[in-house]
Formats: sequence, C-alpha cells, structure tokens
Amino acid sequence: MLSRTASNLFWLGRHMERAETASRLFEVGARITLLPNTAEGYQNEWESLLRASGSSHRYKQNYPEVTEENMEKFMIFDRDNPSSVASCIHDARESGRIVRTALTSRVWDALNVAWQEMRGIGPGEEDAADLADFVARHASTVHGAIDGTQLRNDGFHFMKLGYALERADSTARVLDVKYFVLLPRVEFIGSGLDSYQWQVILRALSAHRSFHWAYGDDVSASRVAHFLILNGEAPRALITSVNEALWHLDSITRRYGDKVPRSARDRAQALADRLASLDIEYIFDEGLHEFLTDFIQEIGQIANCVQDDYFHGRG
Amino acid sequence: MYYNEMFDGEKVREAYSSLSDWIEKMPVEIRQLKQAEAEALFRRIGITFAVYGEGGDPDRLIPFDMMPRVFTQAEWRRLERGIKQRAKALNAFLRDVYGRGEIVRAGRIPARLVYQNEAYEKAVVGFVPPRGVYSHIIGIDLVRTGRDEFFVLEDNCRTPSGVSYMLENREIMMRMFPELFRGNRIEPVDGYPELLRRTLESVAPAKCEGRPRVVILTPGHFNSAYYEHSFLANLMGVELVEGADLFVEGEFVYMRTTEGPKRVDVIYRRIDDAFIDPLCFRRDSMLGVPGLMDVYRSGGVSICSAPGAGVADDKAIYTFVPEMVRFYLGEEPILKNVDTWTLWKPDDYKYVMDNLGDLVVKEVHGSGGYGMLVGPRSTKKEIEEFRAVIEKNPSNYIAQPTLSLSTCPTFVEEGVAPRHVDLRPFCLCGERIELVPGGLTRVALKEGSLVVNSSQGGGVKDTWVLSE
Repeated sequence: MLSRTASNLFWLGRHMERAETASRLFEVGARITLLPNTAEGYQNEWESLLRASGSSHRYKQNYPEVTEENMEKFMIFDRDNPSSVASCIHDARESGRIVRTALTSRVWDALNVAWQEMRGIGPGEEDAADLADFVARHASTVHGAIDGTQLRNDGFHFMKLGYALERADSTARVLDVKYFVLLPRVEFIGSGLDSYQWQVILRALSAHRSFHWAYGDDVSASRVAHFLILNGEAPRALITSVNEALWHLDSITRRYGDKVPRSARDRAQALADRLASLDIEYIFDEGLHEFLTDFIQEIGQIANCVQDDYFHGRG
Repeated sequence: MYYNEMFDGEKVREAYSSLSDWIEKMPVEIRQLKQAEAEALFRRIGITFAVYGEGGDPDRLIPFDMMPRVFTQAEWRRLERGIKQRAKALNAFLRDVYGRGEIVRAGRIPARLVYQNEAYEKAVVGFVPPRGVYSHIIGIDLVRTGRDEFFVLEDNCRTPSGVSYMLENREIMMRMFPELFRGNRIEPVDGYPELLRRTLESVAPAKCEGRPRVVILTPGHFNSAYYEHSFLANLMGVELVEGADLFVEGEFVYMRTTEGPKRVDVIYRRIDDAFIDPLCFRRDSMLGVPGLMDVYRSGGVSICSAPGAGVADDKAIYTFVPEMVRFYLGEEPILKNVDTWTLWKPDDYKYVMDNLGDLVVKEVHGSGGYGMLVGPRSTKKEIEEFRAVIEKNPSNYIAQPTLSLSTCPTFVEEGVAPRHVDLRPFCLCGERIELVPGGLTRVALKEGSLVVNSSQGGGVKDTWVLSE
C-alpha cells in the first residue's frame, strides 16, 4: 500500500474519532455549567476544557470572552480551529477523497453525507445534546460502514489503528479535564459535586450505563478511574484502546513480515504490558494528572513510530 | 440551418426512433424526478468537477443531460477509421520530429513551427520510447455539420480528460433507464479501463521485469480532474500517486509504500510536462519527481504521454495534420480539418482582420474556451477589443469559420430543444491502436451557444453507438 494512502486512512480514523471527542467535550462543558454551585463560576469549566484539548491559546487569539455561544462556535463550527467538529469531519472527508480508491462506496457515502450535513447547520441552531447526538450518529455510521464493508487488509488496520490511538488520547484528555482542572480544591473531593462531575464524564463518554452494569450504583473517583483506565471491558478505557491499537499493529506486522520495521508495535506492546501491571491505587498515589500526561505523551510516541515505520516509504 | 442529429426534415432518423417515443411518453414530472435522481447519484458518487479559486461550490456538478446522442454502426465505423488514422499520423509525426525531422526537411511543415514551439521538448530529442509511441491517449474533438460531414476541431495528445464522464454517464443512464438499454442494442463502453491498462502495460520499458507496474501520477486532489484520476486508478486497479510518493534511486523509479520502496515501470501522468521533473524543467515545482527524466531517457521507466508530445496538438500544428496523414501513411485523410487561417501569414492576417465578425479566433496555446473570440456572437466592442489584442502578437492566433455545429435534442426547462454538441472519443495507442465505441458528447446548454466547454457552462450526454 502506498505510504500516503496508509497515512490518509490512519488520519481518516483519527479525525473521525477526534470530531466525536470535540462534541463530547463540548457536551461535558455544557452539562457542567448547569451546576448551581461551582466556586469560580462557569468560566472555569470552559477553561478546563480548553486546557484539556490543548487549544486554550488558539481560543484566546480569536474570542474575546469565554461564553457558551463562543465555545460552541469554537469547538463545533470553527474551521480555523483544527480540532473543531467541522474541521475534523472536513479533514476526515478530505482524507477519504484523497484515498477514494481504498474506500468502499458505503464508507465514502457515510463520510460525504456527514460532511454535507455538517455544512448544513450553523451555530445556535441545535442545543449541546442534539449536537452531540448528531455527531455521534454520523461517527457511528462511518465507523459501522468501515466495520461492515471494508476488506480486512492493511488499509482497514491503519484506519482502525487511527481510531484506537485517538480514542486512547481522547479518553485520557477527558479524564484529565475532570481531575486536573474541574476540581482544583482538595476539599471538594468526595463531595456531591465531585460525584456529579464524574457522572457527567461518564455520560459524555456514553458510558454511564456500562459503568453501572459493571460496578453498581456507587460513583466514586477510584471506580470511575478504574473503569476508564484499567477495565478491559470498557470500550473507551485506555487499556482497551491500547490493546486494540496493538492488535491492529500485530495484524500489520504479521502481514508485512520481517523486512518492515516494527517499532510502533513494540512500543504499543510495552505500553499494554505496563497498563496490565498497574492498579488504580498506584495511579492515584503517583498522581492521576501525571499519569495521564505521561500516557498522552506515550501515545504520541507510538503515533510517531507508526509514521516512521510505514508512512515514510524509506527512499 | 444547423444539422439536427435526430431529424431528417420532419422525419425522425432511424437511430433515434425509439428515443423519440420515449421522450414523447415521458411525463414532465417523471423527467424532473429522474433529473433530480441523476444529480443526486452524481453527487453521491462524488463525480464532481472541482473548480478552486473561483468561489462558489468547490465541488460543482457538470450538468448532465439525459437525452443520449446516437451514432449508427456505419457512422461510427467511419469515424473510428478516421480517428485511428489520425492518431497513427500524430505519433509518426512525433517520432519524426524528435528524430530525423523528415517532414520538415521535405518542406511540408515550417521548421519554426516545430522546433521553436513551446511544447517541443529538447530533452527527449533522439530518444525513442517503447513501441515508438509518444502519445498514448489521444482525445480528438470532433464536430458534425451534416449527415456525412465531420470535422476535427482539435487534437489532444497530452492528457485529455473527460473519459470518466463517458463511463459514468453510461452507468447512470443504465441505472435510471434500464428499459432503454433492453430496447436498443447499444455497444458497451465499459471495456475502456481494461483497454487502457493493457495499452499502458504494452509500452513498459525494456528493463521491466515481470508484469509491468503501472501508476497514475496526479497533481493531487486540488486538481479539477482529480476525480477522474482516482476513478481510472480504481477501475484499472493501479496506484494513484503524487510526485512525493515517487523517488528516483539509481536507474529506476520507486514508490513509497508501507512495505518499503516498490519499482514503478509505467507512469500515466496527468501532470503537464513543465512539472514532471524539477531537475529538468520547472525548478519551483513540487508536483513532479526529481531525476525522473534521467530514468526515462535511460529506459528505466515509461512516461505516458511522453514529455514533448504536446508539439503535435498545438493549434498551429493542427493545420498540418492532414499533411502528416499523407506524408507518413500515404493515405488521404478520412476526417477533415476545419479551414484555418494562421495569422502569421500576411494574406491570412489580412483576411481575418477584415472578417473578424464572421470568424472564431483562438489562441494557439489556449484551452478550455478561454482566450477566444466567437465573432458572430460578439458585440462590436468585444470584437474591437479582441482586434487590439491580436495586433500585439498576431502569430499567437489562428482563425476558423464559425461552423454550423450539429444540434441534438436536449432536455431544457421548457421541454426538449435542439442544442449544439461536439464529441470527444478517446483513442488508445500502444501495441495496437484501439478505441471503445463511444466518447464524451459535450453540449452547449445555453440556447444558441456554440461553446461546449465545461468551464463555460457546457453539459454532457451519454453517447451511443448502436450495433448492427
């Protein structure tokens, strides 16, 4: 497969997943501002989202103040923000257009329709929950078309690898919103507010029902963190995402044999092994934020290795 | 009066008889419904004509007319012979002018027009590509003025586009009106991609080992014909590459793949000569492959069409194609040229300037309907403005009489009305010279307009060749 094709497929997956993350984050923000009694007012929550998505600086360049209207524009519709839903769907569709020859007509159709419908709506027309539904629905259609129709060849694995790495990164960022910024004051921990915020995180990841199936009713920091980091049954957990990435990398290396470097696979294997050996108390003792920061960096390193192993073409 | 392809006086021609019933029986609502359906299909499949930098929708649809244009088998066979003959002569000409230049020595074509032509490529002088073929895909634009009168308007020897419309128009017609295809014996065009692949494989370089690896080289997804490039790659089952996907090492060209470098034998390039190799041509270009020309000249890779093939499709050279047919093949041309005045000749210049209002004047290197004057359809002011432009550089222009292009019934707002059409069949030259029975019919949708280019608001139609 052409390196550029593989790279576009990989980014198609990443951008679709990233679009979903952006809309999830926006929904988290919108829900949290519905809370009556945060200490610093709602600006702080939006600020935390911007920091978690790494786009605080860009936002401040273009928007004078932090309001829900502006946040919606920025996170959902702003084409100057490369992480906005509109940008991600556009980029995913553009990657798809470049590699039309590697996509089934179902996948192309799903991508194209998502892009066209996204262009058809504007800021202020839908509320946060409807926007999140809209994006999730299109993301599911694209993902479903990939799973349902694509040949299980290297192209498929690159696409799904993109999804898996992006999902690992995004769950880590969503968790970081909660722990690093939302609750800066230690006396809130374990409070009703704390528990509400965890619920919101679960909802935003469409995981609150799964959580209750797995753990019962009691929503506590360590349980939610365990669920989203170390529970291999939770679809968006870090460990699940890393294992999936590893599985796709394994499939690729099996397919390509010994002549192709496999630094990405080895690195993903090491990360998977490390996650398997951790327990949640250890993570909290070491510091959740520090753990997540390391994790996000490690995912970035794996993505760099994918680039070096497969997208460079060695010429 | 214009020749109407459907009627002989009041009588409907045999070839169109079933279509005539079909039009009459189709209620307007159904037609509108089908039109909308066709557009939705085109958009859904993504068959668009990207026009960047002009504002508006970056993914514009080319208007598709559902009323087909029909050729009888006998008409087609004559056209086919004429096209093949012309393609053969054009390649003979290219072989000659990059070799001994017999036609120039014999005084049949002025040396200046060949050797000082912008498209003449000194870098390939003396090099003979595999099978002596320079131009592998030739799009010959034809117009019809009467029952047996066809004229060649233009030869496109570099990278003619539009073949995807020929194939997709047919696909859409078959999906929407299967009954038409059951009731008529319409020759298929869907063998084109296979024929193209075999043509390209047949010109693999001598150093190629095993089955030739063919790729299509595109300038990228911002190019207006990108859809066509990916469409053809898809149908042929070959890689669609950009310049940065290829690199030269030693005597060969390789593409970058996830499994490391893979050798490439035949490049069907859809980029212009100037961008092929920044070491040889334009240094500022990022579209091409550094060192590609060296590999080409040493027989490590084939480039289709060959760099320099454009010297044969220049509007100035065009006037000499009938001469080429006689000179190289010893035959009389089957297809006629349109009378052409070349403004660098004093007599022609005087005639053209005296009769601007009756003529079509074109830039020698222009394309896409830009830089031209259609005398009878222009205002006095426009004519005078154009006159001033010509005076600055007369040798940049040729002129032709306004042809009475045939018309074909076309669906318009009010119903069915005659609109002017032309035809671009695609001739393939490799081990053999072949073409599929069909082509791209372009139609001027504006009433009275003679300009069919898609960039000027023209549309397209399915083109049928009926079997016996």
